[in-house]
Amino acid sequence: MLIHHPILGPRDAQEFVYLGDASLIDRPDGMTAGVDAFHDYLYNRTNPAGEHQELWYHEQGDRSWLVVTRNTVTHEITKVELARDVARARGRTK
Amino acid sequence: MTQSHRIEGGQIDRSKTLRFTFDGIPYQGHPGDTLASALLANGVRLMGRSFKYHRPRGPLSAGSEEPNALVELRSGGRQEPNTRATVAELYEGLTASSQNRWPSLRFDAMGINDKLSTFFAAGFYYKTFMWPKSFWEKLYEPIIRRAAGLGSVTREEDPDAYDKGFLHCDLLVIGAGPAGLMAALTAGQAGKRVILADEDFRMGGRLNAETFAVGDSQGADWATATVAELASLPNVRLMTRTTVVGAFDHGIYSAVERVSDHLPTPAKGKPRQVLWRIYTGKAILAGGATERPIAFENNDRPGIMLSGALRAYANRWGVKAGERVAVFTNNDDGLRTAIDLQAKGIDVVAVIDSRDGGDLLPGIRHLRGADVIDTSGKLGLTSITVRQGNGRSETIALNALGISGGWNPNVNIHSHHRSRPVYDPTIAAFVPGQDGPPGLLVAGAAAGQMSTHAALKTGRDAAIAAFDLTTVPDLPQAEDAPVKITPLWHVAHGKGRAWIDQQNDVTVKDVQLAKQENFTSVEHLKRYTTLGMATDQGKTGNVIGLAVMAELTGRSIPETGTTIYRPPYTPVALGALAGRSRGREFKPFRLTPSHHWAREQGATFVEVGNWLRTQWVPKPGETEWRQSVDREVLATRKSVGICDVTTLGKIDIQGTDAGAFLDRVYANTFSTLAVGKCRYGLMLREDGIVFDDGTTARMGQNEYVMTTTTANAVTVFRHLEFCRQCLWPEMDVQLISTTEAWAQFSVAGPNARKLLEKIVDQDISDAAFPYMAAGNITVGGLRARLFRISFSGELAYEIAVPTRYGDALLREMLAKGAEYDPIVYGTEALGVMRIEKGHVAGGELNGTSTALNMGLGKMVSKKKDSIGMVLSQREGLTDEDGYRLVGVRPVDPKASLTAGSHFLEKGVAPMAANDGGWLTSKVSSPHLGCDIALGYLKAGDRKIGQRMRIVNLLAGLDTEVEIISPHMFDPEGERLRG
Repeated sequence: MLIHHPILGPRDAQEFVYLGDASLIDRPDGMTAGVDAFHDYLYNRTNPAGEHQELWYHEQGDRSWLVVTRNTVTHEITKVELARDVARARGRTK
Repeated sequence: MTQSHRIEGGQIDRSKTLRFTFDGIPYQGHPGDTLASALLANGVRLMGRSFKYHRPRGPLSAGSEEPNALVELRSGGRQEPNTRATVAELYEGLTASSQNRWPSLRFDAMGINDKLSTFFAAGFYYKTFMWPKSFWEKLYEPIIRRAAGLGSVTREEDPDAYDKGFLHCDLLVIGAGPAGLMAALTAGQAGKRVILADEDFRMGGRLNAETFAVGDSQGADWATATVAELASLPNVRLMTRTTVVGAFDHGIYSAVERVSDHLPTPAKGKPRQVLWRIYTGKAILAGGATERPIAFENNDRPGIMLSGALRAYANRWGVKAGERVAVFTNNDDGLRTAIDLQAKGIDVVAVIDSRDGGDLLPGIRHLRGADVIDTSGKLGLTSITVRQGNGRSETIALNALGISGGWNPNVNIHSHHRSRPVYDPTIAAFVPGQDGPPGLLVAGAAAGQMSTHAALKTGRDAAIAAFDLTTVPDLPQAEDAPVKITPLWHVAHGKGRAWIDQQNDVTVKDVQLAKQENFTSVEHLKRYTTLGMATDQGKTGNVIGLAVMAELTGRSIPETGTTIYRPPYTPVALGALAGRSRGREFKPFRLTPSHHWAREQGATFVEVGNWLRTQWVPKPGETEWRQSVDREVLATRKSVGICDVTTLGKIDIQGTDAGAFLDRVYANTFSTLAVGKCRYGLMLREDGIVFDDGTTARMGQNEYVMTTTTANAVTVFRHLEFCRQCLWPEMDVQLISTTEAWAQFSVAGPNARKLLEKIVDQDISDAAFPYMAAGNITVGGLRARLFRISFSGELAYEIAVPTRYGDALLREMLAKGAEYDPIVYGTEALGVMRIEKGHVAGGELNGTSTALNMGLGKMVSKKKDSIGMVLSQREGLTDEDGYRLVGVRPVDPKASLTAGSHFLEKGVAPMAANDGGWLTSKVSSPHLGCDIALGYLKAGDRKIGQRMRIVNLLAGLDTEVEIISPHMFDPEGERLRG
């Protein structure tokens, strides 16, 4: 697969490490959320046959964490964003 | 032996003669021959025995689809089983032998399987070898393995190199027949970066095997001229002997280039094969088509070949497969073979044409509405029995028969993303369907465009479509004959066996049996009969098999459907997949800064993570590792020892939020750490399990240095970047891994400070540099870092210098500190000292243990949010009776302990229900004079002082032990504060 890195252009997927669902960005606040919320955050995932937002880490590259929107059926990649930008857009700036 | 079956013509170099042997018998051939063509030229047509029934077999084809003529090529470490003789290029001195026969190819004792064929029908294994279960390993498997099989692998190491390479282009053209050549020419002339790959050693595809004209020249000559033209274009790369084996995502294709397979041994410095990864914008599949046979009784004898193969051997290689030849066909292409062979002076005794009516071939006995119903000839074809349209049978003596059942487009690569081929009744074959790999176009016979004109035109059109080209080359004139076929899949006659998949010995009867047992879906048919599951992936047999199933079930072929293909297109050697990742190259070592010094001392090394670390450093006279390790431990605790700890991960963390960031990634607090101090840190995973540990020092207001374990250096860094970028993007914090930048040594023991005082430029007295101090210092003016931390429990420091000075620093410390008899200790002594002190390491940081398990529960601060804090409080992880880290000592000091042994109360049976936990790490302590161990024991914190048993059923151990504090040596820590 090729991942179109927003800064570095098309890079081979071999340069990346896959983590999983980009919902891992949405970590609850440990001082206010309890065990149930963290359990949900850590273990409950949707498993779509189709479009999926997922985290990839450019370990053999610039160390960017990326959010890749990939179709799990066709492997078509429709969007690649810096995870930092996605996190900010999701309101992770306190 | 002379080349008795060589005729004139062909694309072989008769000016040179190549000598080779097959089963020890010497033969001769010419450059341009394959092993199969050369053997046929010498009148040899028996080349192997079949997989299951050990039937005598010769080549069916003249290409990579070959199911039968599989041989063992070369010998020694280069021995290569299951090599298709039809694509093995002849070279001087080639040696090959037949396989799957004993004692010889002509007399094969396992030929008895043929007589017992009833027992070897499809599903035989499933039904017969059901019970008892234990017989599988001992009896059934070994017998089956010996009786049915292919070639044998060598036990010697392959002496050749394999490599991997990466290529980028605008257009990859797969196949260099008329369609591929035209596509490459069109895109190449338009300036596109083109790669043209063909599995053959000679480009031209089917043009080399035909007598067609293209433009004003013979097809083969047009191909040669076109290849020359392409070679003159700097933007075109021609790759012969290169099979594109798979289509992967996003325009990535893999190809195997057989760089040296056509040579006795690779040229110096050259690999045997290269596995290419080709990145391309567009690709054109121009892989041609594969002819399929017709199933009839005993249709597998040597001498029975695909009609197009007979033609190829005659036209391309100047070889006649027999003196008296017939052709059995259901389509017009079979007639071409008869015409070509007759023109070559070969006696074409009959054309058996299953179709009724139509024009008769002039000058050839052309039987219309006739079938071949049987053949004879034990080791090779001697006659066929023909059933004529009027019902009369006739036996015709001959020694070669060409069969043409129609041509199947080579859709394989188009199917690699699960696109299902669709049936085209006009050519009675499957053509590429919808939703193939994006960017892949199909041209020529692979697309069902069977004439030379159509191939040239669709090749050009595909290139035009790929790039919206306007300026294109002219199309040369070529034949444009339509496909005229009346499908005939198998000849219904008699009760004998009619082969469909010759490599896996699947017959029409097997398909009937599958139907009878209701395995009628093509996928079931495939698994039940093994149709198409051999190394040729059913290139010649699959379509016949499913067509027979369609007939039996009364369904149409489209209703029956087809299985699809997976990579690789043809078998790929494991060596090519491995490339250079062999031996040490598979997992290279990283060497520590003290490696050269240690090697000079004759040190023993051990792999730790991806490092090679010093395990111990023997002194003269020491014959056993314990002597060295005990000495290293005692000398360190007595005076001073030095250990290379460069392998620990080091991460510089800087920014105004560095402290706050560490508070969130460590379970304990770091923002309150004073500048110039360090602290032990415990890192959890979000699920509450301990991830890693290490000391982190505050070097400045906004600057920390973290250390990680050797094993987790990479994953901790990855995790920190995740936290920084994904969780808390607002934080002002930057990370850089400096593991390789600093050489770091632990200097431990009562004389550690005295030794270092001779090395460093600063005051490091206890007052100036107390326990847990950290700071930037200099060593003879060189920038360095010093940490007063201890893993050994001794007064200890870790000193770091830029990596390239590591070796010099070690030698300097040993020289300047000579009066203190410093020793260098390895990982074994390190392990002894840390276990004596009850420090956790690999055996305890096992990915399932919590801070509470390790006795470090209080380190998890609830006053702040940190990774893993919340889930570490889960019910299941906070059990008061859960595992706790304990120390263990045998009651009898002479008794030995083994890591992995289990805790049991006295008097209970050694079974899982009574299990109390296990020993995680064990060493022999020279100070305590006995084995000691760490372990996780249920409610272990309340069992200190009790006696239990340590049981290891595998090692036969049942030892009484005392549960003690894990801090077994200097529990008050007086030494390290000294």
